[in-house]
Amino acid sequence: MTLPVDPTIAPPGTRTFHDAGGIPADRWHADQTGETLVPTHCCFCGVQCGMYLRVNQAGKVFGVEPRNHDINRMRLCPKGINAYQQVNHPDRLTAPLIRRYRDKPFQECTWDEALDFTVAEIRRIQEVYGADAFGMLGGASLSTEKTYLVGKFARVALRTRHIDYNGRLCMVSAAGANKLAFGIDRAGNPFSDILLSDCVLIAGSNVGECFPVMTQYIWGARDRGAKLIVVDPRETPVARTADLHVPLKPGTDSAFFNAVLHVIVRDGLTDEKYLADHTTGWDAVKAAVENYPPDRAAGICGVGVEQIEQVAHWFAGAERAMAWHARGVEHHSQGVENCLSIINLCVATGNIGRPGAGYGTLTGQGNGQGGREHGQKSDLLPGGRSITDPEHRREICHIWGIPEDELPLAGTSMMEMVHQMRRREIRGLIATCNNPFVSLPNHHVVKEGYDTLEFHVQLDFFLSETAANAHVVLPVTVWAEDEGVMANAEARVVKHNKAQDPPPGVRTDTWILCELARRLGTGDKFAFSTSRDVFEELRIASAGTVNDYYGITYERLEETGGIAWPCPTTEHPGTPRLFEDGRTYHPDGKIHLQAVAWHPPIDPYDETYPLSLTTGRTVAHYLSGNQTRRLGALVEQTPRPWVEVHPSHGFSNGQPVRVVTRRGSAVYPALVLESIRPDTVFVPYHWPSPTAANILTIDALDPRSKIPEYKVCAARIEAATTLDEVPAPPTGPGRVAYPETQVSRTDPRPPTAPQGLGTAERDWSPP
Amino acid sequence: MMGRTIFIDPGRCIGCQACVSACRECDSHRGKSMIHLDYPDEGRSVASLPTVCMHCSDPVAPCAEVCPADAIQVTPDGVVQQADTTRCIGCANCVNACPFGVPKIDLAAKLQMKCDLCYDRTSHGLAPMCATVCPTGALFYGTLEELRTERPGVEVADSFTFGDTVVHTGVAMVVPADKVRWPVPGGLPVIEVNGVDVR
Repeated sequence: MTLPVDPTIAPPGTRTFHDAGGIPADRWHADQTGETLVPTHCCFCGVQCGMYLRVNQAGKVFGVEPRNHDINRMRLCPKGINAYQQVNHPDRLTAPLIRRYRDKPFQECTWDEALDFTVAEIRRIQEVYGADAFGMLGGASLSTEKTYLVGKFARVALRTRHIDYNGRLCMVSAAGANKLAFGIDRAGNPFSDILLSDCVLIAGSNVGECFPVMTQYIWGARDRGAKLIVVDPRETPVARTADLHVPLKPGTDSAFFNAVLHVIVRDGLTDEKYLADHTTGWDAVKAAVENYPPDRAAGICGVGVEQIEQVAHWFAGAERAMAWHARGVEHHSQGVENCLSIINLCVATGNIGRPGAGYGTLTGQGNGQGGREHGQKSDLLPGGRSITDPEHRREICHIWGIPEDELPLAGTSMMEMVHQMRRREIRGLIATCNNPFVSLPNHHVVKEGYDTLEFHVQLDFFLSETAANAHVVLPVTVWAEDEGVMANAEARVVKHNKAQDPPPGVRTDTWILCELARRLGTGDKFAFSTSRDVFEELRIASAGTVNDYYGITYERLEETGGIAWPCPTTEHPGTPRLFEDGRTYHPDGKIHLQAVAWHPPIDPYDETYPLSLTTGRTVAHYLSGNQTRRLGALVEQTPRPWVEVHPSHGFSNGQPVRVVTRRGSAVYPALVLESIRPDTVFVPYHWPSPTAANILTIDALDPRSKIPEYKVCAARIEAATTLDEVPAPPTGPGRVAYPETQVSRTDPRPPTAPQGLGTAERDWSPP
Repeated sequence: MMGRTIFIDPGRCIGCQACVSACRECDSHRGKSMIHLDYPDEGRSVASLPTVCMHCSDPVAPCAEVCPADAIQVTPDGVVQQADTTRCIGCANCVNACPFGVPKIDLAAKLQMKCDLCYDRTSHGLAPMCATVCPTGALFYGTLEELRTERPGVEVADSFTFGDTVVHTGVAMVVPADKVRWPVPGGLPVIEVNGVDVR
């Protein structure tokens, strides 16, 4: 049976909806007239929910209205609902900040002053220490145009090999596994395929909190009778009602999935015809999983044998099964292998490339997918090309109009660059769209690396903890002040529209990079005045590659609501579902299965550090919190971090508990919950030092993807007397974080549940 | 229950509080959320429960019955409106009378605030804000037939017992049909359930 991909397949509960976009706003809004609704998408996670921004007669964004876009069908999570409040937020940076030395305060300055100083420092450092002594770091919340520009700026204007981005902390393990197995780096199926599935396996993804709007697709499947399996050390909101929750010990994922495949092989549930026709390497995989009988894996993973057997029988027994995973399996020193062990499971049961059957990876950042495709990764060039492939280098040099010997070689990963900063191999840094002082592991090492930099310029719209440590800070637009495209977790390219002009003094990242390039003498390669100009070059630079955007235009995106790449021509409908013809993007068209052997996490357990510390998100906050820790409703919902502990440790709720690892310690209020494994503690990572979870985490990296092992390190917990306080978000000189948004930040209590404080636990009256 | 109404399904709720934030965006009470979101199984699970006004139909609107200023009106379609600001004296009688603990008093304004099912939206064919954004469908807006089409076999309750009193409501809750026959026990200490002593 083949079912067509119908982008209009709607999750249940939404089929009769119509949104306010069809109704003149002044016909139904109680006290606003003359407003306009600008269709766009959320700035936050990889689901990329559609939304309208409400714009008043003065041209200012002042609210949000649900939008009936096929991704989300009007659904929004609390982050998306409050996102608009960033746009005209009092904490916005509106002038460049400058200082010669880190111990001096910032001063506001003109754009010429800031850019002249930046260019002078780039020249000084590169002339004395070589081009590679100046590094660049991008981010995957930028539009794809801007990520393309970041990669091009580093290679063409700075001519440095040291360029990487914060997707290195997010998606790279999945990317590595996808490339190895399929020769293409994206999810195989659209979200709407979940509605058609008979068994949905969610591995290492707190879907209910990190991708809340995806939950409607899962319920849509369950209402048809599909089984839901959730593999997670914590009983998260989506795990709570799952048909089966497997609370495995952190860092044991590949042992678990190998054992599941062991049972499937043992019981003759594999799809041998599919394996014979479409794969290479199956014999090696079969031999590898032979070493993971359920009783052995049950011991490693701390789960019951019957759970392993049950997952195997449900997944292999379903006519159409799907697996979706996220950082829970990817943030490991064997992150790539964990993803491969899940791919093996899907492939061995023939669950690839069919409606309701397939494999997907949930990108954490809004442009986690698009941000890794077009050249801001240390080893990649636009169109997913390899910087080490001579043919790929030749193609890009031709498009960029530069001699081949001027194109730098592959650089290093984000965490490796920090170590190079410490060793003074990298002495200057330009960075945009990241906040490593909160997001990188082993914070003390990160701080040391950045403090060693001779010159550091950071672009941001709020003064992040990292920007507050820089020499120059350049104020940039928020997502609602520029247009551009993003690719969501389905590899569907969607368009963000401009809803208002930026405040005076604020520039786009595009303008800044082009202006810096001009001052560095390569302005002719950066003659872009708008995002559209960049997108047109990106279309050409990706044409003919696996990541083909050539057929995608702004006009088509506005007409269709989104197109999944590859899309080679302007008549092509896009490719929502991969591998329908049974062929992958490897030259032989086969799935290259990879055998996986489990190894323990890098940080060893001993008597001093007997517990597993795992980190993650909570629903009200996003990544490093530089945005969400300034939005009053979200601060009120979840004012501070906590440590989640099992009641067996004897702590009482709210008691100060010190979490100690080999790298540092921090004190949090205890949230005592039966829904976490007794041998595991959890700390959410959105807050800065001294309450940063990343003071505690280990900077061990996956050897292939170079992703840090955020999801497991050895720890102990002990009673403490006073809590570490949550600092206010940094602000420009002479300012404090907008007080009305920070009222509850000093609340010493843990939340009522991991999702936040219940409304009864909050002071309802405004301050 | 009303023909087109909200159905609350705590089983699906992920406790994300999108409803709480969305309610705050409503133009008629911008900045203030009227939704209650509780984590009722604190310390044991991450379970969560959203509460909107149940729009009691029999006895009709206890909040309105006790209002000394006659400020709380019930529209012909069964929606219990928020207290009329020109009449409300902020006395909180309604807060004390409500069996579900729904109304709030804005102490600064000395006015009652309560869910009116987004009358400004529903009168234009839109769903209430909370049920529009709810990522899981834990808050569903529509008719019982529409709910049953999408969730085969779903059972709902629109009557709740509080001691000797049974309250019938305009808003309904999804209940586990195999465990509890409605009326559903309400907020007082549970002594008996459907005639069975459960002490």
